[in-house]
Amino acid sequence: MKLSGAQILIESLKREGVKYIFGYPGGQVLNIFDVLYDEKDIQLILTRHEQGAAHAADGYARASGKPGVCLVTSGPGATNTVTGIATAYMDSIPMVVLTGQVPNMLIGNDAFQEADIVGITRPCTKYNFLVKDVSDLARTIKEAFYIASTGRPGPVLVDLPKDITVAKADFKYPEKVELRSYHPTFKGNLWQIKQAADAISKSRKPVVIAGGGVISSGAAAELKEFAEAAKLPVTMTMMGLGGFPGDHKLSLGMLGMHGTYFANMAVHESDLLIAIGMRFDDRVTGRVEDFAPGAKIIHIDIDPTSIRKNVRVDVPIVGDVKDVLKVLNKTMHDEGEHASPHRKVWLDRIEDWKAEHPMDYEQGDVIKPQFVVEKIYEITKGDAIITTEVGQNQMWAAQFFKYRKPRTWISSGGLGTMGYGFPAAIGAQFAFPNKLVFDIAGDGSIQMNIQELSTAVLHNLPVKVAILNNCFLGMVRQWQELFFQKRYSSTCLTGTPDFVKVAEAYGAVGLRAQKPSDVEGVIREAIKVKRPTFMDFVCDQMEKVYPMVPAGAAINEMLFRPPDCLTGEKLICKTVKQELKCKCVRAKRGM
Amino acid sequence: MRHIISVMVENKFGVLSRVSGLFSGRGYNIESISVGQTLDPTVSQMTIVTSGDDNIIEQITKQLNKLLDVIKVTDLTEFDHVEREMMLIKVQPKTEHRAETLRVAEIFRGVIVDSSAKTYTIQVTGDDKKLEAIIDLLKPLGIKEVVRTGKVAIAREAKS
Repeated sequence: MKLSGAQILIESLKREGVKYIFGYPGGQVLNIFDVLYDEKDIQLILTRHEQGAAHAADGYARASGKPGVCLVTSGPGATNTVTGIATAYMDSIPMVVLTGQVPNMLIGNDAFQEADIVGITRPCTKYNFLVKDVSDLARTIKEAFYIASTGRPGPVLVDLPKDITVAKADFKYPEKVELRSYHPTFKGNLWQIKQAADAISKSRKPVVIAGGGVISSGAAAELKEFAEAAKLPVTMTMMGLGGFPGDHKLSLGMLGMHGTYFANMAVHESDLLIAIGMRFDDRVTGRVEDFAPGAKIIHIDIDPTSIRKNVRVDVPIVGDVKDVLKVLNKTMHDEGEHASPHRKVWLDRIEDWKAEHPMDYEQGDVIKPQFVVEKIYEITKGDAIITTEVGQNQMWAAQFFKYRKPRTWISSGGLGTMGYGFPAAIGAQFAFPNKLVFDIAGDGSIQMNIQELSTAVLHNLPVKVAILNNCFLGMVRQWQELFFQKRYSSTCLTGTPDFVKVAEAYGAVGLRAQKPSDVEGVIREAIKVKRPTFMDFVCDQMEKVYPMVPAGAAINEMLFRPPDCLTGEKLICKTVKQELKCKCVRAKRGM
Repeated sequence: MRHIISVMVENKFGVLSRVSGLFSGRGYNIESISVGQTLDPTVSQMTIVTSGDDNIIEQITKQLNKLLDVIKVTDLTEFDHVEREMMLIKVQPKTEHRAETLRVAEIFRGVIVDSSAKTYTIQVTGDDKKLEAIIDLLKPLGIKEVVRTGKVAIAREAKS
């Protein structure tokens, strides 16, 4: 029996086990939406912006480990997903983006709502396709899912001209994929793994740096076994949070620009770094010439281009992190004793650093954003999925919540996309309807995709948004304060709406905490109501993220909170007028 | 250092822009690029001349290998190889230099592929040095236009 392209598409998605498509309709995808109208097994989640659809698909993928699917129309529908695609690409998230396109015969004519989305997304997709013949459609979808979810995962875009969705063909879903030019390496080289085991046995000051690869390959158990057996301290990149239990005694928390003092010092003084599924991003290394000057580096990654891209590597191992760690664990056990007595000296040294500069803040009369994050951790006992926006909110969420399991931390690491967290939380909540999902947000970021409140309300998703409201684009303001002589150019957010009223206007729940004693009650109430909730935490406006490695510094050259900076400073905006306006908003809320 | 990289790719639309986009997006330099079909019509061969230190060349070859449409990458610079480029030179010599123009073409084993009352078009093939040399000799005689194909290269077989 012949099926239309639209039917073939949906049948193919069913074969891939797709339950949800996040999308938005339009002229060139009408036929596909028409098939979805009667579809029982796949639900289309209508977002309120295509960017929201892309981030929701991404959040679904990060929470569940399965590829997220997004369906939008041609032209502006497609271009609106580009930020979402680039976000997923930078963080290696499996995603299949289906875009409508004008009919094949009109391509290149500057037709209505035509955009060369294949050309536009070429540098920010793992691969993309333009389907020119309906008989290629099923195979293309099979390949898209295969490419997106194997090797180093990433987003794949399939551009579907309207005539393809109408044309008919026999439907036969291919059993397997054969791509002669795509063979990701899975098994690490045994000789190299042996070299790594030797180096670990000989090292006195080893540190493991775990990255997002640990999460995407599902290697958290292997990593734990590895670290515990050889008594290796483990620090994580931001993408690696949750890959190793944050409350484990061997955990050093996050490293890098806003990493912990003890993680950065340990890496700096280490004689052996074991980098696992990470790529030595500039936010991790600081000034590259002075990064871990005395350390040999073992680098395990599935992507050969990650190795020796930014730092020199002594023992490169290309392979899937889970497979390599399994073999490495076995190799190390075969060797017997490897946790040398020197290890205790090293771990004691790290304990000294922990005592010297623990992660802390001082809670005064005004709500400290860190306090909010800690309270969420305390009340949920860490059993929640946390998504974040980008900026200070993201760093505090990374620093003050201890992620114990993979896929509980969902944040835009590489691209740093503001407006990511809320739609991503919606996607994560679809993946796990019964889990607590919090988006830790700022008053700036939340306004970038605030329209998705409709989506959350429509599906009655109990997504909880904790807005750390400081009336500023806080991270940029922090840089201006520290490095631009307090010239707060365009970072004072005047004109911010009343978030409680916004939430209520959409039919969601709005709560506000004015003082530290309100915080716990607000969080508990948000959990209790089981509805989409905005929590407006009126926070210290001048609080900064510490420690901080200034741009261009080595990671052991950290800035700490100056002792006289514990309470809020006087607010100085670019103009007096702005200052008054900013205070005015606060006054209305009874500050 | 200059490298000649031979890249076997799927013969599909968009592949050239994936390869050239990789170079421009990551700030690598392309001195020349030439593409043509191989004996297998589904496969094309690209010859890319680029330059950079060892780290950059390592990244270029790794990044090329990572592209899904790339089947095989060979840095020919590491092997004994033959490289050739073809050039068409349109010369417009003064009447008294027409004979000299033909003589130069002959010395370089060039072929006259077109002639008019005022011009000769010479086809010449060779490596960089040879092509630069003929340009140097013809310049004083009056070059009107030069078109080059970019390099193609192939590994030499072992002698034994």
